[in-house]
Amino acid sequence: MNELLALVYWQETAIKLGVALAVIPTTSLILVYLFLFKMMAFMQSRLGPNDTGPYGSLQLIAEAIKFLQKEDIHPSQADRRVFRMAPVVVLASTFLLYVVLPAGPDAIVENLDTGIFYAMAVSSLSVLGILMAGWASANKYALLGGLRAAGQLIAYELPLILAVMGVVIQAGTLNLQGIVVAQATGEIFGWGAIGHPFILTQFVGLFIFLIAAQAELTQTPFDMPVAETELVGGFHIEYTGFRFLLFFMAEFGTAFAFSALASVMFLGGWWIPGFDVDDNILNILGPGVMLGKILLIAFLIFWVRFTYPRLREDQLQKFAWKFLIPLSLVNIVLTGVFKVVF
Amino acid sequence: MSDEAPDNDEQVAIGSGQGDAGREALRSELEDLLGAAVVDSHLQEGQNLWLRVEAGRWQDVARSLKGAGFNYFGFLSAIDWTVAPEGRYEDTEFDAGLDDEDGEPVAIDNTTGHAGGDTRFQLLMQLHAPARGAAVLVKADVPDDAPVIDTLRDVFPGADWHERETHEMFGIGFTGHPQLVPIYLPTEFEGHPLRKDFPLLARHVKPWPGVVDIEEIPEHLEAELEAAVMAEFEASGGGE
Amino acid sequence: MTATSDQAQRAYVAAQAADARVNVELDTGDMTLNIGPQHPATHGTLRIACQLDGEQVIMAEPIMGYMHRGYEKLCEVRTYPQCTTLINRIDWLGSFANEVPFILAAEQLMEVEAPPRAQWIRTILFELSRIANLALFLGDMGVQVGALTPVFFAFRDRERVLNQIEAATGGRFHPNFDRIGGLKDDLPKGWIDETRAVMAKMRGFCDEMEDLLVGNEIFQTRCRGVGVIPADVALGYGLSGANLRASGVDWDLRRDANPGLAWNEIDWRVWTHPDGDSFARYWVRLQETREATYMVEKLLDGLPGGPIMAKVPRIIKVPAGEAYVSTENPLGEMGYYVVSKGDLGPFRVKIRTPSFNNISIVPWVMKGVYVPDVITILGSLYFILGDIDR
Repeated sequence: MNELLALVYWQETAIKLGVALAVIPTTSLILVYLFLFKMMAFMQSRLGPNDTGPYGSLQLIAEAIKFLQKEDIHPSQADRRVFRMAPVVVLASTFLLYVVLPAGPDAIVENLDTGIFYAMAVSSLSVLGILMAGWASANKYALLGGLRAAGQLIAYELPLILAVMGVVIQAGTLNLQGIVVAQATGEIFGWGAIGHPFILTQFVGLFIFLIAAQAELTQTPFDMPVAETELVGGFHIEYTGFRFLLFFMAEFGTAFAFSALASVMFLGGWWIPGFDVDDNILNILGPGVMLGKILLIAFLIFWVRFTYPRLREDQLQKFAWKFLIPLSLVNIVLTGVFKVVF
Repeated sequence: MSDEAPDNDEQVAIGSGQGDAGREALRSELEDLLGAAVVDSHLQEGQNLWLRVEAGRWQDVARSLKGAGFNYFGFLSAIDWTVAPEGRYEDTEFDAGLDDEDGEPVAIDNTTGHAGGDTRFQLLMQLHAPARGAAVLVKADVPDDAPVIDTLRDVFPGADWHERETHEMFGIGFTGHPQLVPIYLPTEFEGHPLRKDFPLLARHVKPWPGVVDIEEIPEHLEAELEAAVMAEFEASGGGE
Repeated sequence: MTATSDQAQRAYVAAQAADARVNVELDTGDMTLNIGPQHPATHGTLRIACQLDGEQVIMAEPIMGYMHRGYEKLCEVRTYPQCTTLINRIDWLGSFANEVPFILAAEQLMEVEAPPRAQWIRTILFELSRIANLALFLGDMGVQVGALTPVFFAFRDRERVLNQIEAATGGRFHPNFDRIGGLKDDLPKGWIDETRAVMAKMRGFCDEMEDLLVGNEIFQTRCRGVGVIPADVALGYGLSGANLRASGVDWDLRRDANPGLAWNEIDWRVWTHPDGDSFARYWVRLQETREATYMVEKLLDGLPGGPIMAKVPRIIKVPAGEAYVSTENPLGEMGYYVVSKGDLGPFRVKIRTPSFNNISIVPWVMKGVYVPDVITILGSLYFILGDIDR
């Protein structure tokens, strides 16, 4: 890309920034429309929005405008500054995640050497925002929701990172582009036509990663921080209008980002079999391939969300510490052993 | 207890205490069990068994009944036998209300109650014996001068709320109940709404048309109509 | 302690105060959480004041009366036919079932008996309202524990039953169809076949719920062992219906104290579960719904002919006396104690509603559970707010 266009640094940065800023609302809109509106309605044998625009797709715009029109309400006891900052912090963590998501050989905002490490780190930032929201709302439900979120995200951060470890050991790099390349150039018993997507050897890792991501995203069955029927929305109970919209966008934006991480690490990312990893055409085709894989993973996430009941907080902790973490440790050990042996 | 064959006219009863024969046996058994505490009893054929017990032994009676297998607490409430001063807010010939101008003290008319009664308030409780398929309705006359009776909370925990409700609705006290706070009404509510002398204000404000909405049939048509209805009734099987 | 000097005493007091301050700072005070009056899990306006220690409930006390409509007082100033309109609104999901015991009590006082066909149709409509009511529970319980989808299936399939009730009575929610001495109308043409088809669909719905929730590990983890009510406690609190049967008490008023409806004429089964936890309550209700669909089919098979109204005077004047009739409503034992003085209307009506007793166990059963369990237990006890507050 750089050779073709030969952009100056600031121009390149501006383009990347523009793309990133445009991508996050778009991605969450795609997920909301496809899964929350259409798939959920289909699974629950109802119609879903179908009146506004083709197949109800403009409903999203209507919803966004509705949110923007709403009065911005602060609870009188709220810690105003923190209350206002919380959704921004949550959304910022989502934005930061997008920085390292690769969509092609050069289509990446910043190719960090420790990309996956960075992604895991910034994704935890959202806990801070949720905790801030829960505390600053001056609402007991919000407080319970915030504390639950903190407890839960800490418990699931570990299996999430440990699940990633297996991939990192196999790829031998923390760089997300490196992981894609490793999968693309890998071979399965000497046969490299489709490369070596790590789902084949790291399916336990993918399983753990998806479960932990489900918890990280506070989707059912791990949606205790939100828990509509108990905590009536949990940490965002007091948020209205565009502040709520920020939380909402962050939730789906993060879901998209985690689906992207999963498809990069386990499904081979943007690479298409038959192409060279440096092929410039992948900068055009790659995002499309990525989108397909992301939607596949997101479908799994939302399918589970619409089907399962919610666990209780203590059961969730038990599940994380007594099942997922030992399993992921075993996975790491086995991966290490196989890496050395083969 | 009794293993009588169920009354043929009744549906086949499962367990004893069902059917009139079963209820009759149950009555004598309970009268033996409770002894002098039973003031009166009444058995309505094909329906239920009523026992009226001494108010002073209310708790003992409940305990003994529980021991006899009546361990299911149905409900507890009261009846105010006063004739309502406002009547039934209906301008009808059936209305038995007293005139306001009479200024007479409200009369107690409990002639229609099963198992009798002497006082204004009568407590009412229903207990089931699931194992025996039997049920009994227990009444007790609450003294007029001091409408207070022992709580059943320790015998049947479920009585707790029923006593709170009875307290707020009728103003009957329950000694031994730790927390006779209103259950339905606001804390600052005054009066006991289910007492007959508690006026229904909505009806004062806007009189209720009552039964006038039933259209009168002209007298000369009544016999004719009735004959037609009867003929149809018989033609279609006649209630067999 | 004995103070040796002023100074020593002052030092001692200061130390104690410092100690106390540390204790105060370390003490995690209880938090009062008001679940309700406006809360999605309370199906209306019930408030549960919880004392929490962290997420654990120390004490839970239901506070109701937000919907108290004073039906007992209102019934006293109405005629008997007018009362049925009111009592329709007690348990609004199974309205027809509310009318039946009241009408039966009035019939007992009048010594009128409805013709057999009317009794059978009453029983059929009674079971239909049970299915409509419990179907919503079966879906709603999923929402209580966090599964969104089942409730939509419940609404979808309950609609079929409501359509049948509407076709027969003209009212979806508040039929007001039962009359002293019989029913307002006979069944419409084609209704019986349609109802059979609907019953088959409802069995499909029950299977669906069995797959979606009963077999689901998370649902089981959330419900098993949560809110266990032993049989003797349940009896002492007067729990009735599926709540009692889920505690292992084999007692169903339809079988054990039938006030004259057609339940004894057909073959059916009372379901019980020994566990007494939330899962058992769900399971019993699921089996009951399925059983009710079979019951309706059997009742339709044996539906007798004949009139649907006994001969009663046009202006209903009930002779003096007292009667108590209770039936096994969708929620449990619902009874009406009617005192008559020979007027057009009752002198006193005591309405014994199942939910009032069922909810009275809440302070007992919610000691030491977690906040999510509060919702699970409330959901599994299954109450209708109109049925608590009357």
